[in-house]
Amino acid sequence: MNELAQQIVSGLATGSIYASMALALVLIYRSMGVINFAQGEMAMFSTYLAWQFAQQGMPLWIAFPLTIAIAFAGAVALERVVVRPVERAAPLTVVILCLGLLITFNGLAGWIWGYTVRTFPSPFPTTPLHIGSAAFSSQDLGIIAVSLLSLGAISLFFGKTKLGLAMRAAALYPESSRVLGVRVGWMLALGWGMAAAVGALSGLMVAPVVLLEPNMMQGILVYAFAAAVLGGIDSPVGAVVGGLALGVGLNLIGAYVPVIGTDLQLTTAFGIIIVILLFRPAGLFGRRTMRRV
Amino acid sequence: MALLEARKLYARYGESDVLHGIDLEVAQGSIVALLGANGSGKTTTLRALTGGVRTSGNVLFDDREIAGLPPEAVARLGIAHVPEGRGTLGSFTVRENLSMGAYTIKDGKRSKARYEKLVGYFPWLVDRREQPAGLLSGGEQQMLAIARALMMEPRVILLDEPSLGLAPIIVKRIFEILRTINREDGVTIVIAEQDAAAALALADTAYVLEVGRVAISGPSADLAGNEQLRKSYLGY
Ligand SMILES: Nc1ncnc2c1ncn2[C@@H]1O[C@H](COP(=O)(O)OP(=O)(O)OP(=O)(O)O)[C@@H](O)[C@H]1O
Ligand SMILES: [Mg+2]
Repeated sequence: MNELAQQIVSGLATGSIYASMALALVLIYRSMGVINFAQGEMAMFSTYLAWQFAQQGMPLWIAFPLTIAIAFAGAVALERVVVRPVERAAPLTVVILCLGLLITFNGLAGWIWGYTVRTFPSPFPTTPLHIGSAAFSSQDLGIIAVSLLSLGAISLFFGKTKLGLAMRAAALYPESSRVLGVRVGWMLALGWGMAAAVGALSGLMVAPVVLLEPNMMQGILVYAFAAAVLGGIDSPVGAVVGGLALGVGLNLIGAYVPVIGTDLQLTTAFGIIIVILLFRPAGLFGRRTMRRV
Repeated sequence: MALLEARKLYARYGESDVLHGIDLEVAQGSIVALLGANGSGKTTTLRALTGGVRTSGNVLFDDREIAGLPPEAVARLGIAHVPEGRGTLGSFTVRENLSMGAYTIKDGKRSKARYEKLVGYFPWLVDRREQPAGLLSGGEQQMLAIARALMMEPRVILLDEPSLGLAPIIVKRIFEILRTINREDGVTIVIAEQDAAAALALADTAYVLEVGRVAISGPSADLAGNEQLRKSYLGY
C-alpha cells in the first residue's frame, strides 16, 4: 500500500512536469494550430538563466521568479518580432520557424554555457516527508504542489478574468474577436509569454532531477507532446490530466510490470496512448465541434 | 451631419476589386439600409467600413479618417459590427459572449448597468446565461449578437443580414428592438439586408448596391413608395 502510494506520488511529480510542458504546448497550439517544438529549449534556456543568477549569488527565491518573468517577457518579444511575420503563413512554415528556434536556443545555450552536465540547486528540502509509515520525497511533493498551484492559477486566469476570456476568444474565434476590439496579435504574444513562463517553471522544477545541460528538455518535450495529444491537443485540462496520467502510468508500469523493464517502458506507454487515440481521436478532453442537433 | 461616411471607397479580395467607388453617408441617429442582390457587395461594404478588407478611398467617422485601421481599432472607436454569420463565440456561454462584448469597457459598473438595460430588451438572456451560445437557436444567436454589440456602448452598429434564416415573426421582433435601440438610445444603425421590404420599413435612408456600385440611394420612403424603382432595383 505504502509502496503504491509512493510510486503514485513520484509518478505525479514527473507527471506534473509533463503536464506543465503539455499545457505550454496547448496554449500555443490553440492559437496558432502548431506545436512549438522550441518550447523545451526555451525552458532549458530559462533554466540556465536561473543557474547563472544563482552562480552570481542571487538567492533562489529571487532568481526563480526573475527567471520566469524574463521567460515571459522574452517570449512576448520573440512572438512580436520573430513569429509575427509568419503568423498568417501556412502551418508548416511556422513549424519550420519553431524548429529553427529549437536549434538556435540549443546552440546558444551550448555556446554560452558549454555542454558540461551541471547540478542545479533544488528549492525544496532534501529530507523525506513521512506520512504514516510511508516516506515521500519532499522534492516530489514540492514539484507537485508548485505545478498544481500554477496550473490552478492559470485555469482561474482563463476562466475568471476578462483578459483570460479574451485570450481564449482570440485563439478560437480570431475574426469575431477582432470586431469586439480584441487585439488578437497581442493575445497571441501573451500566449507565448504564458507558455514560456509555464515552461520555465517546469525547467526549474526538473533541472535538479535530470541535471542541467542543453539537451535536458528534449525527452520531456516528447512526453509532454504525447500527454497533450492524449488529453486532447486543444484542451488545457486535457494537457494536465494527460501529463499526470502519463507520469503515473509510466511509473507504475516500471514498478509493477518488471517484464517490460525500463527500456520498453516508454514504448508501452506510447502503445497505450495510440490505442486510446484510436477510440478517441480527439483525445480524452479534445474539443468535439459543437453542433446543434 | 454624417457620423460615418465613405468616399470613393474601393475594396478588394486578392487582386480584383469588389467595390468600385462607393459613396455613403450615415447621418447621426439615423438608420441606413444597404440593399442589393447576392454578391452585390453588402458584406464587403460593411467590412470596408470596419477595416476587415483591403481598401482604398476614405472612410470618415466623426470627420476622422479611419480607413486602414484594423477591425479592433475601429471597434474601439465605437463602431460595432455584427458580422455575417453573427460572430457567435459558440463554445462560450451566453454570459461570456456578453462579457466579451464589453471587452473594451474598462469600467465594470458601466457594463453591469448596460447588461441590466439589455435584459429589458432580451429577457430570455437571463435564464440562458450559462448555456453555450452555440446551442442557441438562430434567432437567439442573432439577438445575442445584437446584445453583445450593444454591450460595447457603440455609437453606430453595423448589422449584416440579421434576418438571414429566421422566421418572419422573429425578424419582426428583432427589427422592433432595433428601432427601439435607435430611438431611445440614439444608436445609429447601418443594416445590410436581403429582405428589402422589412429593411425599407425600418430605415430612414437606403442604398441599393449592384456589383459593387451604388445603383440608387435616397430616403427609404421614396424607394418603398415608388413601384417602378422598387421593381427595377429591388425586384418586388
Ligand atoms: N473572401 C472573399 N474572397 C474573394 N471574393 C469574395 C470574398 N467575399 C466576397 N467575395 C466576392 O465579393 C463580391 C461581393 O460579395 P459580398 O459578400 O460583399 O456580397 P453580399 O452583397 O454580402 O452578398 P450576400 O447577400 O450573398 O451576402 C462577390 O462577388 C463575392 O464573390
Ligand atoms: Mg453578405
